[in-house]
Amino acid sequence: MEHQTSNVQVIPADKAKIMKIWKVAGILAAITIVEFIIAFTVPAGGAKSFVFIALTIWKAFYIVSEFMHLGHEKKSLIMSILLPLLFVIFLIFILMVQGASILEVLH
Amino acid sequence: MANTAVVVNEGSPWRGGVEPMKASYGKLMMWFFLLSDAFTFSALLITYGMIRYSHPAFEGAISDFAFSQEYWPIPEMVFDAIPFVHGIHAPLVFVGIMTFILILSSVTMVLAVEAGHRMDKQAVEKWMLWTIVGGLMFLGCQAWEWSHFIAGTDLAKNVGSNLLQGASLTANQYGPSNFAALFFFITGFHGFHVFSGVVINFAIFYQVTVGKMERVGHYEMVEKVGLYWHFVDLVWVFVFTFFYLI
Repeated sequence: MEHQTSNVQVIPADKAKIMKIWKVAGILAAITIVEFIIAFTVPAGGAKSFVFIALTIWKAFYIVSEFMHLGHEKKSLIMSILLPLLFVIFLIFILMVQGASILEVLH
Repeated sequence: MANTAVVVNEGSPWRGGVEPMKASYGKLMMWFFLLSDAFTFSALLITYGMIRYSHPAFEGAISDFAFSQEYWPIPEMVFDAIPFVHGIHAPLVFVGIMTFILILSSVTMVLAVEAGHRMDKQAVEKWMLWTIVGGLMFLGCQAWEWSHFIAGTDLAKNVGSNLLQGASLTANQYGPSNFAALFFFITGFHGFHVFSGVVINFAIFYQVTVGKMERVGHYEMVEKVGLYWHFVDLVWVFVFTFFYLI
């Protein structure tokens, strides 16, 4: 049987780093709870949808920036990932216009 | 003929041999794959937005809401069931639990990556295992959610002469046929990502347990699958908002 004595040095955990991870987790949980409260107290409408989308993007920022560590990468890497997503905004725009036209024609 | 080579960008970080973005090849490629995957999911969710917008919305108070093929359903009236309890109106509670499970499994993944930086094999094993458990729990929840959606609720509405109950790809009791089709497509595509994420996580977990990462000298594979797993969580955040909340 293969026997290996491990000579790998385990670096002790940095408490502050672990706390930061749980802090981000707490923020994500808190935003989700706020979304629930809004879902059941605020009547539906454009403002409600806007708040939901804003909170979602806020959550996405924390996941991408902290959990995926993108916020701590080089600026060229951050921009290579973020700038292409501008196409998504364009797609939202044209398909919303398209949806409005379909609604007008069919109903 | 080495002296004929022309060095066009001497001193540039892009001349090769270094990492201009301070990230390894594998990590960069994972990022660009995730970018392409983000386009796919954006296209699906924006299509949902377009199709929903091209149907009439329900006018009136939520308490008067009834399922109809004529307008788009209000999500919290569709997804209001929880397992083991029948007949209780608990809107979005179950999907909220699913969201928390996935966020928590994302946290345990970060902790696994952090332990990998410290070469702490035991901690990597522990946190990766929790991540896999979280992923499996989410998949179980989604299986229940799907079977409930397909089987239908007691509120089945009389459409024409047929009592329509539950959902299929062609018709459903909740609203226009596209509603169920988009539900199956979007949550199904996301669920398949969760499934493949669990499989990949398990493969890397296995490599960690047999000591491969210690032989290689780093735990970068854990970081790469971590990126994928966080992305799956990220997509769910958007699916949750656009499919369930709005």
